[in-house]
Amino acid sequence: MIRAIAILVGLGFTAAVVWAFGWGAAAVISQGYMVEPTAEHEFHQHPKAVSFSTDGPFGKWDLQQLQRGYQVYKEVCSACHSLEYVAFRDLVQLGYNEAEVKAAAAEWTVPSLDPVTGENTTRPGVPTDYFPSPHANAVMLAAAGNPPDLSLMTKARHDGSAYVYSLLTGYADQAGYKNEDGEVLLEEFPDAKTPTGLYFNPYFATLNFGMPPPLVVDGQVTYADGTEATIDQMAKDVSAFLIWTAEPTLVKQRQTGWWVLGFLIFATVLAWLAKKQVWAPVTPKRRKD
Amino acid sequence: MSFPWARQYEPKVAFMRYLDEKLPLPRLVYNATGAGYPVPRNLSYMWNFGSLAGFCLVLQIVTGIVLAMHYAPNGDIAFASTEHIMRDVNWGWLLRYAHANGASLFFVAIYLHIFRGFFYGSYKAPREMVWLLGVVIFLLLMATAFMGYVLPWGQMSFWASKVITGLFGAIPLVGEPLQIWLLGGYAPDNATLNRFFSLHYLLPFVIVGVVILHIWALHIPGSSNPTGVEVKGESDTVPFHPYYTAKDGFGLGVFLILYCVLTFFLPNALGHPDNYIPANPMATPAHIVPEWYFWPFYAILRAFTIDFILPAKLWGVLAMFSSILVWFFLPWLDKSPVRSGHFRPLFRKFFWFGLIPAMAVLFYCGGAPAEEPYVMLSQVATAYYFLHFLVILPLVSWFERPEPLPFSITEAVLGSDKKAVLQ
Repeated sequence: MIRAIAILVGLGFTAAVVWAFGWGAAAVISQGYMVEPTAEHEFHQHPKAVSFSTDGPFGKWDLQQLQRGYQVYKEVCSACHSLEYVAFRDLVQLGYNEAEVKAAAAEWTVPSLDPVTGENTTRPGVPTDYFPSPHANAVMLAAAGNPPDLSLMTKARHDGSAYVYSLLTGYADQAGYKNEDGEVLLEEFPDAKTPTGLYFNPYFATLNFGMPPPLVVDGQVTYADGTEATIDQMAKDVSAFLIWTAEPTLVKQRQTGWWVLGFLIFATVLAWLAKKQVWAPVTPKRRKD
Repeated sequence: MSFPWARQYEPKVAFMRYLDEKLPLPRLVYNATGAGYPVPRNLSYMWNFGSLAGFCLVLQIVTGIVLAMHYAPNGDIAFASTEHIMRDVNWGWLLRYAHANGASLFFVAIYLHIFRGFFYGSYKAPREMVWLLGVVIFLLLMATAFMGYVLPWGQMSFWASKVITGLFGAIPLVGEPLQIWLLGGYAPDNATLNRFFSLHYLLPFVIVGVVILHIWALHIPGSSNPTGVEVKGESDTVPFHPYYTAKDGFGLGVFLILYCVLTFFLPNALGHPDNYIPANPMATPAHIVPEWYFWPFYAILRAFTIDFILPAKLWGVLAMFSSILVWFFLPWLDKSPVRSGHFRPLFRKFFWFGLIPAMAVLFYCGGAPAEEPYVMLSQVATAYYFLHFLVILPLVSWFERPEPLPFSITEAVLGSDKKAVLQ
């Protein structure tokens, strides 16, 4: 009885899903394509291949690069983007000493209350402060086009560090833009023209990016360590800096991991030998045929 | 209950004799997972995953309790408190990554444990109750994992809670009020987060309770084994300790190496980047997908795209829940007296060339965008999934001619059994 009911139920589900399959297949055949070709589908680019010192299980921070990246954030990105989860005290990890961190914090202005009147005011930052937002409130943030917080950006996108680098260096002239198949975007999709106020960037999911190109000329910042500040270099440095802001314990995680892994391999070998010895009396000896 | 030749607990120290009189807890442990539990001598490494799942449960409870000391279940600060754990709590990153990847490893262990049961007919008499309790554990685990994923209150947390509670909205008549009742509002919000946190803390202890029942029910008939032939005598078994504690110990080592690689070197590989974006009810992610361990069931949910007598959404919800509920009926659907797939030629073919590929397709399509060809593929696989459990399994047990079974476990291991000769 239970099997008769089960077979009926099973055939019911099968009928419903085969019915759906039939309609789906009919739609595919009548349309002649699986997924409707769109400008985003045909012209969106995956992030460029770019390497960082933190790549791979033995990766290490390049402190010089992180300091340069911090400078790019401070002088360029921070005009619009906050860094909500990072505190000035964290800058110690970039190789600055305590006095340098204090000085760096003091270069920022953070919101405060007047200790006498209680009115809103500002004061220079101290190491325990977090990076201040360039927007005083949510309405001002929205008015600026909702620039996202950058603290976790490299973890909040697929292949995040390469994605940030690609966006920063990926702005292109839309007129005559071709993909790797040689198709011209505006010939294939004349409606895909980037509207005013947006910027064509094939590394952005919709191809039309709200952020104006932030890195526009070589030498936009002057690096203290003498590195030539090309657009490519600045983009790479700030991406490296954002790897650090998103995962400040990254290198420590791997270093710990190697110790744990070493111990586990050792313990597992011991466990294997113990298992072999315990089982020896009841394991039949293999006959040599 | 146990086999008559099971070793008896004999406390050697005065204190243990005293304890045995007043509270025979050591005796209970001795009989449950010690030398007092005789186990078939031929278990393969596929029998490791029960104890590994138990290990994961303990690990999740321990890491979870410490995480809860630092986490704040409030919609305004939940995301920030997760970042506080990652950045400011000593070894907080380790706790959180160990907990998140521990959930994944828990599902790896439990899926292998379940599919071991499918292949070797572990659900058959006399172990139906073990199986039923196991399915209950799996359902509780899914609920717990889902609610845990909501807690960081990232974009995927928020939208997953919206989609999953939305499933209840598909139920006729009571659907909408039920959904509002579950969420504590019209959309996921602080009330939802708070109740999910409360339940996420509670359910693991319910799981512990059902796990105890699961192991208790297992000890009545004793463990199954790869031949599916029941234990006939002492030569068929070895004491759990030291034989299987040693074997489980080695298995645990291998499992922990995999766990360590994930936690320390690829901690976010199994997660979704969108969950590092704070929850935003105004911005829907491009592709809402659950965690990988729900992908097969998510694919079944999305396979029903067209109304067929009932609304498509209701079909999807019914099918998704039924896809697990059918497991409850397995002991009565598969009536073949032979347990092990090794001796069932027809069943074996449907298992390896039907069920496993269908599950693989559902798994892949559940994580893919809801577009062709993934929808059509998951429709074919969904059809096979239901046919397999509800139609093929009952029919196969009629038509199939099983291969000859060994006389006993001893014969299967040693090539001969003296008792078999005597008979």
